[in-house]
Amino acid sequence: MARKKPIQFVHNGSDKAVFVDEGENLLDVLRRGVGDLTPKYGCGQGTCGACTVIIDGAPRLACLTLAETIEGQSVETVAGLAGGQLSPVQEAFMAHFAAQCGYCTSGMLMSATALLRDNPRPTRDEVVEAISGNLCRCTGYEAIIAAVMTASGQQAA
Amino acid sequence: MPVEMRKDLFADERDDNLNEVGKPTQRQDMVGHVTGRSPFYDDHLFDGLCHIRCVRSPHHNARIRRIDTSAAEKMPGVLRVVTGADVPGNLNTLLSLRDFGLDDEPLLHTEHCNYRGAPVVAIIADTERQAREACAAVRVDYEVLPHVLDVEEAIAPRAPVVNPPYPDNLFVYHGKYNHQKLRFGDVEAGFAEADHVIEKRYQMSPIEQAPMETCGAIAAPETNNRFVCYTSTQGLFFSLGTAAKLLDVSSARLHFIGGTVGGGFGGKVDSLHEPLAILGTMLTGRPVKYQFDRAEEMQVGAPRGAERWYIKTGTMADGRIVAMQLKGYFDAGATTRLSSYAIVKCVGHLPGPYTIPHVYADVYCVYTNRTPATAMRGFGITGVDYSVESHLDVVAHELGLNPIEFRIMNAYRDGDMKAHRRVAKNCALIECCQVAAEKAGVKLAPHLQEMASMTGGGEGARGQIPNYTALDEHGRVEGFARQSYGGGDKATPMDEFIRPMPAPQPARPVEPARAPVPQPQPAATPVPSGATPRQPEPSLEPAGAPPPASPPDERRRSPRRFSSVSGMRRR
Ligand code: FES
Ligand code: FES
Repeated sequence: MARKKPIQFVHNGSDKAVFVDEGENLLDVLRRGVGDLTPKYGCGQGTCGACTVIIDGAPRLACLTLAETIEGQSVETVAGLAGGQLSPVQEAFMAHFAAQCGYCTSGMLMSATALLRDNPRPTRDEVVEAISGNLCRCTGYEAIIAAVMTASGQQAA
Repeated sequence: MPVEMRKDLFADERDDNLNEVGKPTQRQDMVGHVTGRSPFYDDHLFDGLCHIRCVRSPHHNARIRRIDTSAAEKMPGVLRVVTGADVPGNLNTLLSLRDFGLDDEPLLHTEHCNYRGAPVVAIIADTERQAREACAAVRVDYEVLPHVLDVEEAIAPRAPVVNPPYPDNLFVYHGKYNHQKLRFGDVEAGFAEADHVIEKRYQMSPIEQAPMETCGAIAAPETNNRFVCYTSTQGLFFSLGTAAKLLDVSSARLHFIGGTVGGGFGGKVDSLHEPLAILGTMLTGRPVKYQFDRAEEMQVGAPRGAERWYIKTGTMADGRIVAMQLKGYFDAGATTRLSSYAIVKCVGHLPGPYTIPHVYADVYCVYTNRTPATAMRGFGITGVDYSVESHLDVVAHELGLNPIEFRIMNAYRDGDMKAHRRVAKNCALIECCQVAAEKAGVKLAPHLQEMASMTGGGEGARGQIPNYTALDEHGRVEGFARQSYGGGDKATPMDEFIRPMPAPQPARPVEPARAPVPQPQPAATPVPSGATPRQPEPSLEPAGAPPPASPPDERRRSPRRFSSVSGMRRR
């Protein structure tokens, strides 16, 4: 029997303990182990950003994060964004039609959320930089940028 | 971005009580998207989910001499090693559900791999990693064959045969025609009267749809001896019918759930994942996932095929196009998938939105040892539009005309007869060009600024099928020899592109024998959790009569036709 490793971390504010395989990535652990299906698999190799989560305040790619390394850390996903009502970023994504197929949206929301916590009034260039690791094949970038600007309380254009 | 509504255009043609167009309406799936709850196929949890990985051909063209899976079978976590012999009806063509074309593609290749990435062995294991490791332990002995990657080289004499049911490397329409043909008027007469004759070659590349969600499917045993399949497919019933055919089961036993697609762009219709995932479930009794990784999506996932076009136009000094001749080669890759149909659409679209008195086109669906091509946005149209419009820019430049004016001059108008003999209606190219000119700051000549799609169309010859349409050098619109699956036709002269067939083909395809339908095995831990209902163990269905005995290579070689939707005929 393959050796499993116990890890404990904070998932969207609540404690979680899971057993992981050696070398298993955080994306699989969140989706299959924890049952949080909001981060998505798009490439498994750090190129698309669909799996973006926030670890201890910083946006990280779950597919490239070894699950063993998050012991004691805080992991946030889209599942934790809406506490009873949608977050301002989620509201702004809706208002700007910033999702088409929706597959990149989870990752986009986490990159945007991390940015706005750090930098509540970013410039457009800073928004572009913050989502530069998130691919959207349905090409909604302009709508997404506008949504993030609006969520920061600034003019979209 | 603000949407500009040009209600001044066609104002008297339109009922203006539009109550949705022109104002934002929220998508019904938006809340799901922004909360990460939209149910993509992979967002369904199953206890005991196992994973499929495929061993793929590293060669463009190779014969399989031997497949050795003995080491892989003993690897940890491996539940089952699947080869083509396990697939009940291991030969298909996507459009066979509409009786269009020969079966030319196995789900798992058994004798011949005609493109790099062709799947040979599928391994089902407890974890994806175990499946990958077991794949690495499979030994396939290949005899590497010469390959061809260029459409014109593929139809030259002595080119390697890419796709054996079509030994000339050309799709065969209606059992006898090796291309789609369009003839309208007499292009030679048009070129003779033209002031400028310009011919150019255009080549586009294959384009990957590259959806953010890679293609995949999850299958699981369901009650009543059925199987549920969650899939990313864009064509749910198409995939259902295809799976029923390949697995030789009644489509009533397959329960497909889809509808939430993480980007498709046309590339999620090929139905490669559903049959293999369901077969995996039948063979193991376990829920099984088959998902392309990103590298597979890019290398093996079917792209929009490349096209090559030769376009020759005859133009008068005043800018009127009097003749257009097109020769097109669609690169279908190694198998047909949907390329044959794309060409039918393409030819119906020629010569683009222009009224031209003499039009001539031959369009070929060519097999090369590239990844099979499939649908993508504007499928059948985009490549030729790129070529025609590029060509018109070239011609306008050489004639010293403004390209927008050149298009307005030749644009079709309501009432014009199109080259495929339909009357044009609801035309709007002139108005689109006028708006484009305005936006681009191009000042149009007054008579072009005043032109309209609804005036002057269909006048005189514009509205008529030409009295004379030139035929082939052989006196008919014809193009293929016999020995095709249509059989009975008399031999006809071969045109310049056709070379003799290397070996006689069966005049009519024989119905192949089928491997026994795999029976579900009692499940080890088949109980799905989470969002899916608890399911009982699948019961064994009666074994039924043994399949008709028939040499295995006959089964693999004989293309067959399958003429009913969703497998009705064979129930
Ligand atoms: S899945 Fe992690 S970056 Fe693409
Ligand atoms: S909305 Fe489809 S990939 Fe971004």
